[in-house]
Amino acid sequence: MSLLLENVRKSYKEPSGNRLPVLGIARYELAQGEQAALVGSSGGGKTTLLNVISGILAPDSGKVVVDGKDIAPLPEVVRDRFRAAKIGFVFQTFNLLPAFTALENVLLGMSFSGRGVDRAFAISLLERVGLEKRLDHTPQRMSVGEQQRVSVARSLANKPALLLADEPTANVDPANQDLILNLIRDTCKENNVTLLMVTHAMEVANRFDRLDKLANFNDPQAAYQGVAS
Amino acid sequence: MNLFSIAWKSVKQRKVASLLTAFSVALGVMLMVVVLVIAGAVDGAFNQRSIAYDLIIGAKGSDLQLVLSSVYRVQPPIANLPYMYLDQLRNDRRVETAIPLAFGDFTKPEHGGFPIVGTTNEYFLNEYTPGKMFEVADQAGTRQLSELYDAVVGSQVAHKNSWKVGDQFTIVHGSADSEDTHDEMFTIVSVLRQTGTPNDRSVFLNLEAVYILDGHQKPIDEVETRLNDFYGNDKERLNAALMQMEELKQKRAKGQEIGDQAMGYGLDTPEAMKEITAVYVKTREVFDAISLQSELKNGSKAMAVNPIRPIKRLMTNFVGHIQSALVVLTGMIIVVSGISIFVSIYNSMSDRRREIGIMRALGARRTSVFSIILAESTVLCMGGGLTGWLIGHGLSVAFAPYVSARTGLLLDGWALNPWEFVLFPVLLVLGALVGFLPAMTAYRTNVADALTS
Repeated sequence: MSLLLENVRKSYKEPSGNRLPVLGIARYELAQGEQAALVGSSGGGKTTLLNVISGILAPDSGKVVVDGKDIAPLPEVVRDRFRAAKIGFVFQTFNLLPAFTALENVLLGMSFSGRGVDRAFAISLLERVGLEKRLDHTPQRMSVGEQQRVSVARSLANKPALLLADEPTANVDPANQDLILNLIRDTCKENNVTLLMVTHAMEVANRFDRLDKLANFNDPQAAYQGVAS
Repeated sequence: MNLFSIAWKSVKQRKVASLLTAFSVALGVMLMVVVLVIAGAVDGAFNQRSIAYDLIIGAKGSDLQLVLSSVYRVQPPIANLPYMYLDQLRNDRRVETAIPLAFGDFTKPEHGGFPIVGTTNEYFLNEYTPGKMFEVADQAGTRQLSELYDAVVGSQVAHKNSWKVGDQFTIVHGSADSEDTHDEMFTIVSVLRQTGTPNDRSVFLNLEAVYILDGHQKPIDEVETRLNDFYGNDKERLNAALMQMEELKQKRAKGQEIGDQAMGYGLDTPEAMKEITAVYVKTREVFDAISLQSELKNGSKAMAVNPIRPIKRLMTNFVGHIQSALVVLTGMIIVVSGISIFVSIYNSMSDRRREIGIMRALGARRTSVFSIILAESTVLCMGGGLTGWLIGHGLSVAFAPYVSARTGLLLDGWALNPWEFVLFPVLLVLGALVGFLPAMTAYRTNVADALTS
């Protein structure tokens, strides 16, 4: 099992002091190497779910097992290290660091894992996404599609067990959408990386063998029934 | 990629702001280095390096004035001593060397108004500062006052007037701006190499020549009074001196020439009519200097001072405070520069919130982003500091010849002041201090919020 969520609850404290339930997931799992699309309405808790899975946010309760390890009870510093080593991220807005070249952006992902940087592997990843001639280019000198490809290469830099993609094709043109989607799926398949892609575009979601609707397994109101706010 | 290289990238990304803030630190450090180099040169000029003699003996008065007039030649002398007192010193078993000096005249105003020092050749045969002997700049020079109207000039005097061996000049009486020019023409026989001491801006004449200049000898009656005043308690020496005076009076009664009139015909000036301003003394033992000094304290009209002590006192009580104030002032400039680094980084934090969120999402720990910001402020502080340090010393080296020519101060541009050894640790601490608050902002960044911002 690559990802298992069990009885996960997450709420936010509002300025009034009340708790706003966002997640209430009884069980959700992905097998090793599996690829799933997750669709949900805006404000439905998709981003919160990704933050909980990646350890950026700790759930109020429940188990978040990634690659066999429950990260929910871990202190933040351990979750950070775990995230760097086991989880790759592809963001909707690419989130490349503007001061760094394509290669440096990939190396940066490696440098936080504590395992040191592997320059040759970083270059091979960029070659894999077709950017062998853009290694020394900063994001400003690259097209939107190229930036997202760097983002994909960076997400795989630490050979993660799980790749989380948050609307990775939302900001790219249709020609690049296919390219990037195929790239993510193919590289995950080649490296046996589990993929969870959040999207609101059904044409993208429909290309996955497994399509999960967040609303079907997330019921925060029920999960927080009877819990004092 | 380590945290420093990540920090360096960020510094480079904000090139203009980084350069300006680092430059402000560089400016502060540069000023401090220049102040320290000058302070070191002044300290050197007014301390052990300035003179190689144990005692300066002169007329009783302010010890500081005696040293400033006889060593640094920047103050008028207190009063004169009878020349006969020099013999007395030379015969003292405690004294190894006693070199007479007579001041009071200057080169003409258009020649810079440099002080004239009447002395003997012994002056050039002794070290001017511990371990250093006078050297001639011009190989044609002799470093000897062989003839009556020979002159040896210091490097600054020669430089200012473009004088060389063989050139001739006249001098003025009394003060540097005097128009009372002596008739005698002096010929340069030697130009001394630069010493970094007041000798560089002095002109040395044969002591005997000083006595023949107009107005340098006192009337016989006045000499008698002065001898009485000086030797009042020493009857034996007073009588010897008065006997000589009596002979002079008799000569005058017979219509014979005495004093400066006699010199014109190659005759010696009578000793009783000669005076000296100060005597440089080297004693045989350290204790001899102390003994001579304390002996003169009681009842004598002369006094002996250690040439270092009054100056040290001056440096500690006055010049030292000014130097400290300058160092503190430049230190404050550095602190203000540090604050500008703080403002620059702190202002950039809101723009960089997302960057920090990305790094954290990629697995960077809170302490890592904290360290990156801290490294940035440290890089700016240390980089600016190192640049300022190099520029400060570079400027000191570049301007040393100019300063030396204008002031006689020997600037050693690369000389390290002990303060400089604490400069970089202080800059490191300053960098950490000014980076702390922005680093804490980075530390506390909410990743989820930052990524959605």
